[in-house]
This record gives sequence, structure tokens and C-alpha cells, in this order.
Amino acid sequence: MNRFKFIVAGFLFTLFTSFVGLVLIPILTLGNQTPLIDPETGEQIPPPLTALEQRGKEIYISNGCMYCHSQQVRPERVGTDIERGWGKRRTIAADYMNDGRALLGTMRTGPDLATIGVRMPSESWHLIHLYNPRSTSPGSNMPPFPFLFKKQKITGEKSSDALTLGGDFTPEDGYEIIPTPDVKALVAYLQSLKFGHYDVKGAQRAVIESKAEIRKK
Amino acid sequence: MSEIDIEKSRQERLEIDRAATKPVGMFIGTSLVWLLLGSFLAIGASIKLHNPEFLAEANWLTFGRVRPAHLNTVAYGWLSTAGIGIGLWILSRLCRVPITDYTSLTLAAVFWNLGNAVGTWGILRGDGTSIEWLEYPPYAAPLLIISFAFVMLSAISLVRRRPPGHIYVSQWYILAAFFWFPLMYVTSQALFFWNPIQAPAQGAVNWWYAHNTLGLWFTPIALGAIYYLIPKVIGRPIHSYYLSMIGFWSLAFFYAWAGMHHLIGGPYPAWLISASVVASVMMFVPVITVAINQHTTMKGSFSALRWSPTLRFVVFGGVSYTLASLQGSLMAIRSLNYLTHFTHYTIAHAHLGAYSFASMVFFGAIYYMMPRLLEREWPSAWLIKGHFWFCSIGFIIYFVSLTWGGYLQGIELNTKDTPFLEIVKLTIPFLKSRSWAGSLMTLGHLFFAVNFVWMLARKRSASTTATLLGKQGPLTNP
Repeated sequence: MNRFKFIVAGFLFTLFTSFVGLVLIPILTLGNQTPLIDPETGEQIPPPLTALEQRGKEIYISNGCMYCHSQQVRPERVGTDIERGWGKRRTIAADYMNDGRALLGTMRTGPDLATIGVRMPSESWHLIHLYNPRSTSPGSNMPPFPFLFKKQKITGEKSSDALTLGGDFTPEDGYEIIPTPDVKALVAYLQSLKFGHYDVKGAQRAVIESKAEIRKK
Repeated sequence: MSEIDIEKSRQERLEIDRAATKPVGMFIGTSLVWLLLGSFLAIGASIKLHNPEFLAEANWLTFGRVRPAHLNTVAYGWLSTAGIGIGLWILSRLCRVPITDYTSLTLAAVFWNLGNAVGTWGILRGDGTSIEWLEYPPYAAPLLIISFAFVMLSAISLVRRRPPGHIYVSQWYILAAFFWFPLMYVTSQALFFWNPIQAPAQGAVNWWYAHNTLGLWFTPIALGAIYYLIPKVIGRPIHSYYLSMIGFWSLAFFYAWAGMHHLIGGPYPAWLISASVVASVMMFVPVITVAINQHTTMKGSFSALRWSPTLRFVVFGGVSYTLASLQGSLMAIRSLNYLTHFTHYTIAHAHLGAYSFASMVFFGAIYYMMPRLLEREWPSAWLIKGHFWFCSIGFIIYFVSLTWGGYLQGIELNTKDTPFLEIVKLTIPFLKSRSWAGSLMTLGHLFFAVNFVWMLARKRSASTTATLLGKQGPLTNP
């Protein structure tokens, strides 16, 4: 039994070293930050998500957008993220400061979304694209999200927020496609994504009284 | 050994196997259900990538839910459930004491399966967490944790009750896995859900956990099984005890540190990623020692691959372990990672580890265990052959398609003037061929499941000679 105790202690120790190096130290350094503040405006960068954007982020998480879209800009000479216009600079830890859950992603079946709010600011484009990606991007293999929309019979006037679809994607006569509050929230979240776009040079760390307050942020 | 001794140890094995029949059998039997469910989810997710309108109406079948449902059902439903069963049985055999905690292991099997069912249902209804390898919603985790506590207690009890004597390398691997997995799982649950850490540190914790699920949970169970089964089938001890020790400790040390290469290029400090790149490259040590040890043990006995179902699957898995690990070490090197990161190349690599290595070894182990647990033979050699060939050929097509497609995808992603939609179009034929490959593999799994159910339905004394794939050569089969 004694030898077994030695072995168990040994393999617990190896796991513990990696826990210290790869979990504990990153939490104490990266995971213990105060927000960045723009000295000119006094605003937090990037700005915290609004309630609507937060709701949109939940839709993003629940439908697994992360499995095809990353949210990180790699530095120059690592891939072509910056040359493709996916961001002005590499994303840094402080960019994700206000993110309850980091959605960095590991796959680019679709393009990176770190700065999609800058590259594609139009709400109507996002709605049409989410209803059926092929309506704006022929050849795309992104799934359509019909369940985030409502197809309804037009009674009297056409609704003001009905989608303007063309070609094969137009619903049959007398019907219209209306976005649900969920998809509007999702689009608001996408429009808010500007990681790697804010100027962080010259930004200052916010002064926060207690650790508890950081955690609340 | 005198004839009396041989008879005594045969009797001892019989007792151990009989005590394991129900508790271990529950884990193995239910793991097959998850294997099939996971395979169908995989085909669904695969088809959706080249035919996005396929089953797109319902939110619970959208790609972003089916894909994590596939990963989690095969990781926790199939590999972990089978791994618990195989691990407990080998520990019981090598400690030479029967499993006694029948009630707690029954509860463990029920809770484990319930946890998987709740978790999968949660992902499909939209409660998935989008944290890779930890997608089961937090409310499924307590079931898995309670269940694993029972499994751990049972493993510790086997080790404590064992008579004094030599400790075999499989015991090291399996016992370590039974400690590592719950510690990592509980730690990551705590850091993500119970007392969430800030987002900038989450990637590190995520890949510490996710990479180690492969490295410190599936891998040691599968390596323990290989070290146990090859000598059993060919009737020869492993080549070198010392090599196996080096293999174990270098795996324990380096694998635990390897996960951060998933974050290359990401918003993390260079030292953190470099530490993992070094550890990943150092994985050459355990991999090469294990490869040498297994090859020299097998040398002269390769003809047994013709007739032994167990050996055929296990050796296929062992060779895949070497290949997957060497490929993984190379992929962690920054210059190659710039090409393969974010592409299907990585998916191919993940399946080389989790499927071609771990799953194939587990298939082989189940072929060896079940006749001993149930005291009856596999009904059909033809179904075993079908299982092997569909899975192995299917997998090779799978691997070649995604490796090739992912390589081209990586090159084009790194060419700034290639429009993104062109890259998507480029990958479509490879994704189609992956769907065909996955279907072949699923067909193999169906053969396996049919044979398994048929075996359960059979009478105990239906057949007394082992079901082999060909004429047995001049080897003893103890």
C-alpha cells in the first residue's frame, strides 16, 4: 500500500503543478483586472453590454454560434486577421474584461466576429442574413434561423419591421417575415462587437475600492 | 505453475468476473446507447455543414446545438461510460479482488446516465454553455459528480483490498485517471459556474480542462487497457517495465501542461502559451517510449491480428495513439499552428485521438471483456469483422478528407486576398466526404450494437469456443 500512496501523491502532484501554472496564475493575473477607462471621455472601454445586448449574447451562446465563429484578432504575421480587416490590432485580455463569458472560439468555418459591429453595422442586413444566410451570401454554409422569426399573414398594412427578402426567399403572397425580440437582441449584440477596434493606448485602469466590486463588474 | 495453481487462479478470475458482471456490464451496455446517439448526432451535424437547410426548421436541431450534443454524448456518454467500466474491471482483475460495492455502483451508473441525459437534453433545448467540452448545463454536473464519487470510492476500495505484490503499469494509469478526471471536472465546474472567474482567464481554464480530458482521462484508461490486453492475448509479458514507468510519469507531467496551444495567437501572454508548446513537444517522450514498448512486445506475434478481434482493435488504437500524439506535438509548434488553427485539420486530429485511438481500444477491450463477464461468446465473427472494417476504413476516409480540406482551408485563410466565401466553397467537397465517412463508421457501430444485443439474448452455454476472426495461430490464450 505504501508504494501506492507514493504513486498517488506523485500523480496528484503533476496535476497540481499544471493547475498552478495554467489555472491559478492566469486567474490571479489575467482574471483579476479592473476596467480600462478612456481618459478623455471617462468612459469604460470597451463599454459594458446593455441589457438588450446581454440578452443577445445569451441567444448567441444558446445557439452555439461560437462553434463556427471566433471572436479574437491575432497579431500581425500570425494569420491574416488584420490584413483581412477583421480588426485594427490584436485583441488583448483587457478587451474581454466586461465579458461574462469569453467566446474566443477555436473554429473559423465562418469569419471572425471580433469587430463585426464595425464591419457590418446594418441591422437589416443581419436580420436578412440570419433568416437565411444564402439571401445575402450565396454559397454560405451557415444554418438559417427561421425559428428566430415569425411568419404571419399580412392583415391590412404590411408590418413596418417585416424583412425585405428577394428571390427564392420571399414568403408566399399575403405573408410576411417578422423578427422576434430574440433575434433583435442577437443583432444588437453583434452590432456591439468591437473587440480589437478600441484604442487602448493611453487608456487608464479604473480605480476600484474593493476586490468584491471587481467581481461584480 | 503447477496445475493446482493454474486451476486456482482460473477460479479466482472467474469469481472476479462474476462479481463484475452487473456493475461493469451496466456501464458498458449503456455506453453503447450513447455511442449510437452520438454517431447520429455527428452525421446530422456533418450534413448540416454542406447542406445547411437540412433539418433547419427546429431550434433544437440547429447546428450550434447538435454539434456540442455530439461532442458531449461521445465524450461523457460513450467514452467516459465505457472507460469507467473498462477501468474498474481491469483494476479488479489486476488487484485480484472482486468488486463488492454493487449498490453504490448501480447508483453510479444510474446517475451517470441520468447526468448525460439531462445534459444532452439541456444542450438541445438551448441551455448549452458554449464552453468547449463543458457544454452540459451546470444543472447536469452534480449528477455526474455524485456518480463519479461512487466510482472513485470503488476504485480506491479495490486498491486497498489488494494482496501485497507487484503493481502493474495498467493499475497506475487507471487509478491516476480515476483521480485526475474528477479533480479537473470539479475544478472547472467551480471556476466557470459556481464562482465564475473573469472572462480574460477563462480560455486558459477551458483548455487546461478540455485538453486534459483527452490526455489525463481517456488516454490513461486506453493505455492501461492496451498494456493489459496485448500481453493477455499474445501470452507474453510487456517488453520493458522501466520504459512503461518512464511513459507513465512523462505523460503525467507533460500532458497536464499541454493545453494552452489551443490559444496560440489569442489574447494570452506568450509565456503561458510557450509553456504548453514546450510540454506538447516533450510529449514525444511518453509517446515514443509507449510505442517502442508496445511494438517490441508485439514483435513476432503480429500474425495474431488475423484472428484476435481484441488485438486487431487494440493494435489499431495503439498505432493511432502514436500518430495522434506525434501529430499533436507538431501542431503545437507555432509555425504549423498558424496554418491549422481554426480549420477542419484540428477536427481530424481530435478524431485521430478520441476515435481512432481511444474508441478503437475501448472496442477491443469490450470484445475481450464481455465473453468473460457474461460467460458466453460473441454470436457473430462476421459482425465483428464488419465493425472493424467499416470503422477503420470509414475513419481513414474521415481523417484524409478533413486533413486535406483543413490544410487547403488554412492556406486560403492565410491568403489575405481570398474572399471568405471562396474558402467555404473550397471545403464543401471535403465536408461531404466526411459525411459519407461518418456514415460508414456509424454502420460499424450498428454492427457492434447488434452483436452486443444478440449476445445478451443468448443462452449462457450457447458456445464454448472463442469467436475468432480466423484460424488461431500457435499462441496460447490465457
